[in-house]
This record gives sequence, structure tokens and C-alpha cells, in this order.
Amino acid sequence: MAMTGILRPGHVQLRVLDMEESLNHYVENMGLLETDRDDQGRVYLKCWDEQDKFSLVLEPSDRSGMDHMAFKVATEEDLSRFESNIKNFGIETTRVAAGELNGCGERVRFTAPAGHTFELYAEKEQVGNGISTTNPAPWRRDLKGMEVIRFDHCLLYGDNFDENVKFFKEALEFQLTEQIVDGDLQIAAFLTCSTKAHDIAFIRSEESGKLHHASFLLGSWEEVLKAADIISMEDIPHETGPTRHGLTRGKTIYFFDPSGNRNEVFAEDSYVYPDSPVLTWNADNVGQAIFYHSRELVDSFMGVTS
Amino acid sequence: MSFQITIEDTGEQYACSETKHVLAGMQQLGKKGIPVGCRSGGCGVCKVRVLEGEYASKKMSRDHVTAEEEAEGVVLACRIFPQSNIRLSVIGKLNKAVNR
Ligand code: FES
Ligand SMILES: [Fe+2]
Repeated sequence: MAMTGILRPGHVQLRVLDMEESLNHYVENMGLLETDRDDQGRVYLKCWDEQDKFSLVLEPSDRSGMDHMAFKVATEEDLSRFESNIKNFGIETTRVAAGELNGCGERVRFTAPAGHTFELYAEKEQVGNGISTTNPAPWRRDLKGMEVIRFDHCLLYGDNFDENVKFFKEALEFQLTEQIVDGDLQIAAFLTCSTKAHDIAFIRSEESGKLHHASFLLGSWEEVLKAADIISMEDIPHETGPTRHGLTRGKTIYFFDPSGNRNEVFAEDSYVYPDSPVLTWNADNVGQAIFYHSRELVDSFMGVTS
Repeated sequence: MSFQITIEDTGEQYACSETKHVLAGMQQLGKKGIPVGCRSGGCGVCKVRVLEGEYASKKMSRDHVTAEEEAEGVVLACRIFPQSNIRLSVIGKLNKAVNR
């Protein structure tokens, strides 16, 4: 097995102000599938092509933002190994009992230096992607809206930026794939635990623990355009795109959920191997790094988080 | 039914339907007085103080508006719907550009 340790972003739990509006957004408009609910009022969702029971948890709240993001590790041994890595880095961890989230095994919870809560887990119930594992069909015919394929990554704003990047590289064994630098100062860090262009990214900020966006994968540029049509048809607050990012090459569009949490859907980004060089964008080219065509920063894109 | 919204800080005035939130009404007419972010009550950049006027409101993130503030008319422009003419002043700010 080539891929070990931390495998992928497993889920993100977002706080929402109105569950009904949120479900309309994520299910009817984006095309996630509801898989469960619990007695705390949380609703569990997955993207169609994911095997695990959920990748998005919506939590009723009087605030917006991200409660936590969780990564799936390959084995229970990995869970213990990363737990001690994290402690050795000087960060406290706690264990959350199996079943606290329906269908999820025991989780190791901690707060990274930039102020976000993360969790690791080794087990989650698999419900399949609705397609036979024998002679599988290429896609499902019963999907709605944007038909998002999988939960892909989050981009987060936080302080203690350098320490945070060091933590992800050293304790969690992530690989830096791309960065924006201003002289010696790293402004943005894109990090992967796999061969994706990023599984998580951070932007240097004065604020601690903020969500910039939660991102979902689409299959093609054509599907990004279809998402843009749905955003207009359904009067979803739109921010930027369809356009291309310089960073990661992704073709993308940004919009907001009904609680003001930013979403991205994107397609056709790049990939890395463990021996790929780090790609660097200079601060002088930050406009192009972020929006490759217009080469202009968008005020709200840079300044708005939840 | 439409009402007149006045942004004290810039003197801008625009008409806003009771079915649209005060920020959407502004944005639709290309006005710029209140910062625009998520338009869903989550980011706080459109925070305003209503100086005069009636409105209906939707839930806003408590990270940005406390219950006490809300009771005093400190609200998010994207979560209030006019029910009379409104005069307001802007509190929210957009953090500009990257932190460099
Ligand atoms: S624009 Fe984000 S709270 Fe109003
Ligand atoms: Fe992204």
C-alpha cells in the first residue's frame, strides 16, 4: 500500500443557523445525500461518490463557521502514532468516544496552532457510493443540483501561521505543495496528505480559527458552469467565478451557504507525488495566483470568513 | 412595497423592497455604502446600526451580533427586511487584501 498514515479529509462539521435552509442548499442545490440525523439535531450528509457514511455534518447553532475538520487515518496504530506525534509537538489531545458521531469510530481531537479544531479517526461506517462493486456503472442517475463528487478540502485563516504549517508538516506528515511568499514571509500554504494539490490550505491572518471555505469536487469545467447556472437560478449568494486559480490550477466558483459559510466547487486541478517540487507564487503576483484570469484580488474573497 | 434606505455615512439613498434584505437592495442598485460579504448572516462585514425605522429580521451569527446589540438595533444588513423607511450607519469593515 503506497498511501499510509493520514489518508484524506474525512469530514467537516459546519455550524448552521437554519437547518431547513441549509439542507435545501446542500441537498437540493449542491446534490449531497442525507444519510442520518442524531439527537443533537445534527444532520449527516455525503457526496455521492464517497464510500463512507458522511463527509459533512451540519450542526444547528446560533453561530456560523467550522466546528471541526476530521481526517481519516489508515489504521488504529496510525491513530495512536499521530496522537503521540501531536503530544510530542506540545499540543494536547483528547479522545472522543466512538459513536459520538453516528457511525464514526473513536476520534483524537486537538486544536492546531492557528486555532482550528481537528480530529483524526481510523474507522467510519461504509455505506457505499450506490454503485455496484462488480461491473460498476460510471455514475448515478438519481442525483440533484451540482452533483458534487466528494468533499475535497478546506481553506482556513489563522494566526500562529508558521507554527501551524510546521505542525502540519512535522506532526501530521503533510507535504507542502504550493505557497505564496512575500520575501521570507509565507502568506499561504497548500498542504497535502495524499497526491492531491491540497487537502488543506492556510492563509496567514490576525484572526484565529476561521473558515474561509469548504470545497467540493466536480468532474469538469462544464460542471463548474452548470453550478454557476444553479447559483443564479436559486439566487445563492455568489462571490467569484467561474474562473481558474493559479494556485493548484483548479477551475472554480465560490458562493455562500445560507449561514454565510463559503463553499467552493471546482474541477481539474493538479496533483503531486512525494518528490514533486514546491510551487511558489510571489506576493507581487498574488492576484494571478488566486484568480488567474482577472489577476485581481476580490475584497470579499480576501477579507470575509466565518 | 418598497422603502427608502439612507446610509448616514455616505449619504447614499436607495429603494429596497420589503421582500429583499437591506444589503441585497443596495447591491442590486450598484451602491457601495455597506461592505458586502456572505449575504447570509455569517461573516459580520455588513454590520450596521439602525438609527430609525422598522424591519423584520432573520437569525444572525452570534459571533458578530450579540442579543443585546440586536435589541438596540445593531444588526447585519443582510438579515433585515425593511418595514418602513430606514436610516442606518455602518459599523462593519472588510479586512482588505492579504496580511503582508
Ligand atoms: S454580508 Fe456576511 S453577515 Fe451580512
Ligand atoms: Fe479551495
